[in-house]
Amino acid sequence: MTFKIELPHVGESVTEAVIGKWLKTPGEKVEKYDPLVEVVTDKVNMDVPSPATGILTKIVAKEGETVLMGTVIAEMESVEGESSGTTNSPTAASLSSSPSASRIGTLVQGANVGPTGGEFTDTSLSTNTPENVVSRDSASASSTARQKGFSPVVTRLAAQHGVDLKSLVGTGLGGRVTKKDVITAVDNAETPVVNATMSVDCDDIIEPTPIRRMTADHMVKSMSEIPHAWSAIEVDVTGMVKWRAENKAVFESENGVRLTYLPIILAVVASALQANPRLNSRWDDGKIIVKKAINIGVAVAASEGLVVPVVHDAAKANVVELARKLDGVVDRARSGAMTITDVQGGTFTLNNTGSLGSVWGGAIINHPQAAILTTETIVKRPVVISKDGEDVIAVRSMMNICLSFDHRIIDGAEASEFLQAIKSGLEAVNITSDLI
Amino acid sequence: MPEQTVIEAVRQTMFAEMRRDDSIIVLGEDVGSRGGVFLATDGLIDEFGENRVIDTPLAESSICGVAIGAAVNGLRPIAEIQFADFIWPAINQLVGEASKVRYGTNGLKTAPMTVRVPYGGGVRGGLYHSQSIEVLFAHTPGLSVVAPATPYDAKGLLASAIRSDDPVIVLEHKRTYRLVKGDVPAEDYTIPIGKAEIKRPGTDLTIFTYGLMLHYALQAAEMAAANGIDVEVLDLRTLRPLDEEGIAESASRTGKALIVQEDTPAVSISSEVSAIIGERCFFDLDGPITRLGPPEIPPMPFSPIQESAFMPSPEKILTAIKKLSEI
Repeated sequence: MTFKIELPHVGESVTEAVIGKWLKTPGEKVEKYDPLVEVVTDKVNMDVPSPATGILTKIVAKEGETVLMGTVIAEMESVEGESSGTTNSPTAASLSSSPSASRIGTLVQGANVGPTGGEFTDTSLSTNTPENVVSRDSASASSTARQKGFSPVVTRLAAQHGVDLKSLVGTGLGGRVTKKDVITAVDNAETPVVNATMSVDCDDIIEPTPIRRMTADHMVKSMSEIPHAWSAIEVDVTGMVKWRAENKAVFESENGVRLTYLPIILAVVASALQANPRLNSRWDDGKIIVKKAINIGVAVAASEGLVVPVVHDAAKANVVELARKLDGVVDRARSGAMTITDVQGGTFTLNNTGSLGSVWGGAIINHPQAAILTTETIVKRPVVISKDGEDVIAVRSMMNICLSFDHRIIDGAEASEFLQAIKSGLEAVNITSDLI
Repeated sequence: MPEQTVIEAVRQTMFAEMRRDDSIIVLGEDVGSRGGVFLATDGLIDEFGENRVIDTPLAESSICGVAIGAAVNGLRPIAEIQFADFIWPAINQLVGEASKVRYGTNGLKTAPMTVRVPYGGGVRGGLYHSQSIEVLFAHTPGLSVVAPATPYDAKGLLASAIRSDDPVIVLEHKRTYRLVKGDVPAEDYTIPIGKAEIKRPGTDLTIFTYGLMLHYALQAAEMAAANGIDVEVLDLRTLRPLDEEGIAESASRTGKALIVQEDTPAVSISSEVSAIIGERCFFDLDGPITRLGPPEIPPMPFSPIQESAFMPSPEKILTAIKKLSEI
């Protein structure tokens, strides 16, 4: 039996994916659970397993194509009806459930009609009777169908597959574009080729990888939907630097994970989010949804591109636990072994751009969150501090933190309060702090 | 597997059910020694006696009222209305009383009764032996209405009706009684009330229908196949409650809906099916929801030519299929 393979839904807020490399070719025999194709979502890369044992008959979604979850990506011929229920097309399902002809029954010729007597023969065809179709002018005056526009399903399919309806030749009445016409157009669509005229003599044209394309789309979506505003302050982290230098060796030997500044910052940011819940929200169709959970995404530069693993329930963990969680998830991110739960449910994002030497940034918000924070590089600078009531110049470890926020949800005052909360949290750390 | 006509399936099911459950009684006009005008109850009185197979006066209100009384007091009556056209005097008993027993007594009492009603035209029966009466009952909360079109479904749905603890109207299309012959397993089975069935799968459009029209629709679908049109035929089987999921699934899949019924279309089953499709499938539709039914005159002409002109036929259905498929 032939059935269609759909792109499986993998989780909340993941609505589409880019088709990566097909691992099987049409005509090839596949075992149930064999990886069929690599797909890239904006959160995670994964292989789609074969739902059944059989032969891959057709690839519908081509490499590099962006498709919605639930879209048919391939067709398959299963062996001995081993196809799974979820991927069965409805047609196939109903085919198997329809009763046999003998169960529906046959009509007895010349059957008598019972107590009313007589015979009954339909003479409708020969007597040229009216059609009896219930007719509403607007519904059945189909010669004007074209002027009336497109049917709901045609509009929906065209939007879903990016088909330009004006480019189609309709085969329906009066040239109407039918559902079949759209499906045919989608089936026949070829992979877009780079137009030869685009290539200028000395320029290289790079076909972006799926994850590059995904990142690009995500950035455009965020910048075009969210009115960004920015704010930054500087934090004196001299105490934190000293604390870490003091505790690093013991911490690492006791816990087996590296002690970076990140878990400390994460703990402070989580508690600042608790105090400023507006920063932990999202704009949703005219409403502000304030998230109960505090799940902080941490931007990681993995080999194949930017990924954002999530530290869940960050406010409920201490520095040791946060260090452990971070270590595990960052490792998986760098080795490409992240699971869907590793990237799901983020409510706020932290980007430690300082590790790359940056001193200031205006990050793009990780849509649909409300804000993103960058922690910049720590530099020793001469600063004026107050000592015993006197202004003196001291060498201090300074770090800028930069916040990009959704101005629909948050105003400058709230943003500053949040930044101040982080500043005082970080500046409170000193060599005697009991963080572990 | 034994082949039976619809009327044989109905009769055999009553035999089997009455043997299974002593609380089942049959009552109606001429159901005893005459065996019913259609012979649906033929032989029942010989096996079960006149205490369980009761000839009644020509008084439908009384037949249904007695059935309600028997039902709330522990029996499971099967009332036969000789022709659907005669059911009108019993409207108060069915719509006004039977439907309200469970709700009105706050669940203290139920009315586990079945009303078998031969209905429909195409039998040269004229005004008083051809009517379709489903809408009044299908409109009524508290009543279930089933309309099996095949011998297999007649057995399964009649058995479900008899075993139901609430009143069920079983509409038997009298034209199908001896016209349709099919396999009926000898063993006991039931068909759930409220489940439609796709009798013929297809991809281009769906015909939603029931009763005699199912068979006309299947014939029309065969003719359409010769024209390259792949028609799905969905048999509603139960008219109250309608299988909304099944209806919406099929309409969404094919994108085009043709509803065929023998009853006049205004404020009818086809209106309700149309509303379900409109409400649930709007973004999957590729053509106007279309209805085919007889003209809006009191059913049904006695003149054979006029009766044929009145009734939908396979040819008329085919014309509607072609028109809808080429939109």
